[in-house]
Amino acid sequence: MKDKQLSVSAIKEGTVIDHIPASALFKVVSILNLDTLDTMITIGNGLESSKLGHKGIIKLSKVFFKDNEINKIALVAPCAKLNIIKDYDVVEKRVVEIPDEIISIAKCVNPKCITNNEEVATRFKVVSKAEVKLKCHYCEKITDQDNIEII
Amino acid sequence: MKNKNLVSITDFTKEEYLRILELAAEFEANPRQDILSGYIISTLFFEPSTRTRLSFETAINGLGGRVVGFSDSGATSASKGETLHDTIKMVSNYADLIVMRHPLEGSARLASEVSSVPIVNAGDGANQHPTQTLLDLYSIIKTQGTLENLKLFMVGDLKYGRTVHSLLQAMSKFNPTFYFISPDELKMPPAYKMYLDDIGVSYFEGKDLTEFLAEADIIYMTRVQQERFTDPIEYERVKNAYILRREMLEGCKESMKVLHPLPRVNEIHTDVDESPHAYYFDQARNGVYARMAILTSILGIK
Repeated sequence: MKDKQLSVSAIKEGTVIDHIPASALFKVVSILNLDTLDTMITIGNGLESSKLGHKGIIKLSKVFFKDNEINKIALVAPCAKLNIIKDYDVVEKRVVEIPDEIISIAKCVNPKCITNNEEVATRFKVVSKAEVKLKCHYCEKITDQDNIEII
Repeated sequence: MKNKNLVSITDFTKEEYLRILELAAEFEANPRQDILSGYIISTLFFEPSTRTRLSFETAINGLGGRVVGFSDSGATSASKGETLHDTIKMVSNYADLIVMRHPLEGSARLASEVSSVPIVNAGDGANQHPTQTLLDLYSIIKTQGTLENLKLFMVGDLKYGRTVHSLLQAMSKFNPTFYFISPDELKMPPAYKMYLDDIGVSYFEGKDLTEFLAEADIIYMTRVQQERFTDPIEYERVKNAYILRREMLEGCKESMKVLHPLPRVNEIHTDVDESPHAYYFDQARNGVYARMAILTSILGIK
């Protein structure tokens, strides 16, 4: 049986993003622009998780994120955990934190907002992190957690 | 304030408000000057607004400036599908300052990021209309002698009315007490009440217009519009409750003034017009002086 299993478990160096809600996995791929990378990426989704029911996991070989890059995924995967791997060992564990400003990720809830009517990068100030509330830089309306739509 | 944009009332500080009001008083004393001579100001009205446009153009012409622009986007390249971005890029090559009104919210902020000259927002959808707020402040300081510690009644549509939201933000810097009087359907949105709670400004909410009016320094009336109601019967029930009549003003402070951003439909009975408390037409005239002050400060002339 063992030779039929794909060997994806370990990476030598890189980042493992774990505890992504299964429904958000491909949003994370898109927010981090993983489609533009030419390194080895392993994506698993629909894996059983005691915490999330079903989770996704992404293993990126030779990729390391800066805080401000990885924090972008906090909107869709607030409990994602990062394992930083060096020489097959986890050398650091990190959690994501919602940044103070969200650019080009979410859509403004207000249909009369200029960003929903013209080609403009959306921009929000995060006015509340516990229960996420985003204030549009343009129309000044609040988009709350239940209405957040990822572009 | 030179080269500053005026997109949102929160773009200016308390000191800047007071400076504008001081200048407005100077222009009121001397409303015909040639200090904008040689300047070209563009007025881009992507949706019609007679009052605001005439007020701006009167202010510009009164100071000897030139106006280029349009009052209806149907006759412009916007109707051919040109983006706001491109229109502003082009016009900012022509004019020293752009005054714009646009039906979409956030349009003025976007314009200010694209334009090489300052933008003055003359209304972006239901969002902001800061020059209205500054003329409201000018009307208040002129009639009350101060902006500090006043009791301000806001009446009617407090949910959708952008003028009351901006006025609330601006007046909050002067230790006011607010009285919000509206039907349940049109109450002040929670976000604004939370803001007042955060900064420690006190407010009362009620449905009865006649209660406490004797306390008021300013009554700011707005229109209760039928289209805001999902239930037409509910509208019929409340519409007469928010009409201000002369007899209600008996017992008010002598210095109390009634303001209204206009146009009025029926929410202030015409019998109030002759009352010494009526101030809404003077308020509209103040708009010209306030706009003279705003334009000349941003152009760096004053």
